[in-house]
Amino acid sequence: MGKKILSESALESIEKEYGEWLAEYRKALEKVPERLKRFSTVSDLEIKPLYTPLDIANKDFSEEIGFPGIYPFTRGVQGTMYRARLWTMRMFAGLGTSEDTNKRFHYLINHGETGLSTAFDFPTLMGYDTDSPLARGECGKCGVAIDTLEDMQRLFANINLEQVTASMTINPPASVIWAMYIANAENEGYSKNKLGGTIQNDCLKEFIAQKTLMLPPEPSLRLVTDTVEYGTKQVPRWNTISISGYHIREAGSTAVQELAFTIYDGITYVEEAIKRGLKVDEFAGRLSFFWNSHIDFFEEIAKMRASRRMWARIMKERFGAKDPRSMLMRFHTQTAGCSLTAQEPYNNVIRTTTEALAAILSGTQSLHTNSLDEVYMIPSEQAVLIALRTQQILGDEIGVTQVIDPLAGSYFVEALTDKMEEEANVYIRKLDEMGGMVAAIERDFPQMEIANAAFHYQKQVEAGEKIVIGVNKYKSGRPDLEFVLKLDEEIERMQIERTDRYRQSRDKAGFRKAMDELRRRCEGPPCWENNVMPALIEAVRAGATEQECCDLYRDVFGTYTDPGTF
Amino acid sequence: MERARKLRILVAKPGLDGHDRGARVVARAFRDAGFEVIYTGCHQTPEQIVSTAIQEDVDMIGLSILSGAHTYSFPKVIELLRENDADDISVIGGGIFPLEDIPKLKEIGIKELFEPGAKLGDIIEWVGHNIKPRTGVAQRTQFGVRAMD
Repeated sequence: MGKKILSESALESIEKEYGEWLAEYRKALEKVPERLKRFSTVSDLEIKPLYTPLDIANKDFSEEIGFPGIYPFTRGVQGTMYRARLWTMRMFAGLGTSEDTNKRFHYLINHGETGLSTAFDFPTLMGYDTDSPLARGECGKCGVAIDTLEDMQRLFANINLEQVTASMTINPPASVIWAMYIANAENEGYSKNKLGGTIQNDCLKEFIAQKTLMLPPEPSLRLVTDTVEYGTKQVPRWNTISISGYHIREAGSTAVQELAFTIYDGITYVEEAIKRGLKVDEFAGRLSFFWNSHIDFFEEIAKMRASRRMWARIMKERFGAKDPRSMLMRFHTQTAGCSLTAQEPYNNVIRTTTEALAAILSGTQSLHTNSLDEVYMIPSEQAVLIALRTQQILGDEIGVTQVIDPLAGSYFVEALTDKMEEEANVYIRKLDEMGGMVAAIERDFPQMEIANAAFHYQKQVEAGEKIVIGVNKYKSGRPDLEFVLKLDEEIERMQIERTDRYRQSRDKAGFRKAMDELRRRCEGPPCWENNVMPALIEAVRAGATEQECCDLYRDVFGTYTDPGTF
Repeated sequence: MERARKLRILVAKPGLDGHDRGARVVARAFRDAGFEVIYTGCHQTPEQIVSTAIQEDVDMIGLSILSGAHTYSFPKVIELLRENDADDISVIGGGIFPLEDIPKLKEIGIKELFEPGAKLGDIIEWVGHNIKPRTGVAQRTQFGVRAMD
């Protein structure tokens, strides 16, 4: 039975009072008009001056809001939320060599970080070793360079891999990097059963937005499904995909597009795993999500609250999930890199703080806060500490973690949450009609929707319709920050030398045999017997580098290049 | 004979960097401003960029980068243009550059650098004032024959 929040008679009198208020408001505007021609969110969703019970008049409390830890999970995935345990403070980190990044990991852990998150450099992200001609000038620049199992060992040295969960932002080569992680953990005496962590492994959003591209969509999905299948059977605590809206948003999408395209990517991964023969309740509990917390405070909260409800409904209604854990949208959040300014970079601390607060008020499971200098470069130690302390202050000082989902029942937040779901569902129906996400990507649909939104926003900034302090209002220059990180250009040569030595020292016959088995599995039909993961773990143990595994993929599956539309 | 024609611009993404929001927004703004625009897409080597620039007979290359790998790719593009007698093709850059790199990049021949916060209108105006349609004679290069105006 439905439980409407307000009675018919109460609504009638509110409607009358609202009408009276609105007449007064309009009268007042005749004297002093509104500041702006139009009020809208950063995604350009129009916002009214006032929200009242009328905006949520049809709300059914149990069906749409309910209780934390209970379907449809609008209010949070756990019953206890931050009363029991704060979110995992997980700073995205990676710079230079594996030793440099390991040092950064320890620095963050020593200052109270509670989970690890690894940023790889572009060659690693694209499946190239440091000595590839395509990798010139890139080594260690935007993350850590990982070519070999030895690099992986150095990366996680002296970190207890059964106690700390590690997230790795890696996509087309995710299976290879995960194999290195598992092989290293086993070498160090840890058990696969107990390993917790995440590989991003969300290939679809690469075509849509992030553009670390390697294979065409179909074989990319096959490899993703191999990892889902392997995780389900062998590494049960691992999140095998982090279905990511972050990069879609950074590419310029609206909040609704981020929500819709990401959830549709999730739908696609679930469909693929079911096609492989897995049952939805076997694997869905290990899917996780990743949202961008952008600058528009309430829009973000509405988006994240709506996302949980949407996913729960989709898993239950579309896929027939029975286990509530399959319906839980657990998510990581990162504050919006694209909201930071190179001008007056100290102001970025304030932007990041409000974005982090929005993520916390939305019940995120883990959080990365951007550093004030991240607009220029990988963060310095000084800046990353301020960013981590931002989370700790929000968690322990300001009181917002004492109560679960404190904004529930806000007329505005609930109405905006509904609006997010409604508009995202329009896209989801459209994507269904187009024949799914792969078909839509081939038609350039999500890519162009995002490009249009990005261009529209840029125009709004230039017209002064959207304000960015220091950029188009109170204009300011770029100071010479005293602590911007400088990387040693010499590390490229050093890394090339040691990867080369590593290749020279391996047993050639053992390496050949392992690579042949990997090839046999890739060439065979997708199924458990041909799952690439066991063969990859053997291959990296036998000395295969990241690029050698990825070259084999490229050879068997073909490559994909950016169509370059705008 | 010189004849007036639209400016031809190649917007290019050198290196493995996938941050293409800026490149695509600027490419569209150039097109809307009436320039002829070719966009390479992500993940282009300096060799590919220069080859495309010569084959497409462009007047200017706009390099967009966010990864920090400009220290390799920008000088390489300039060097390859020179080697192919195509250094009358102007090169500009957009993205994030450490402050100390900016004079170095200008010194090697990058005509202008546009940093975060640059307005599309300002970029277009700069291009309109500073880049003129090239005129030239056919030349054989390692990348093919350059078209004659």
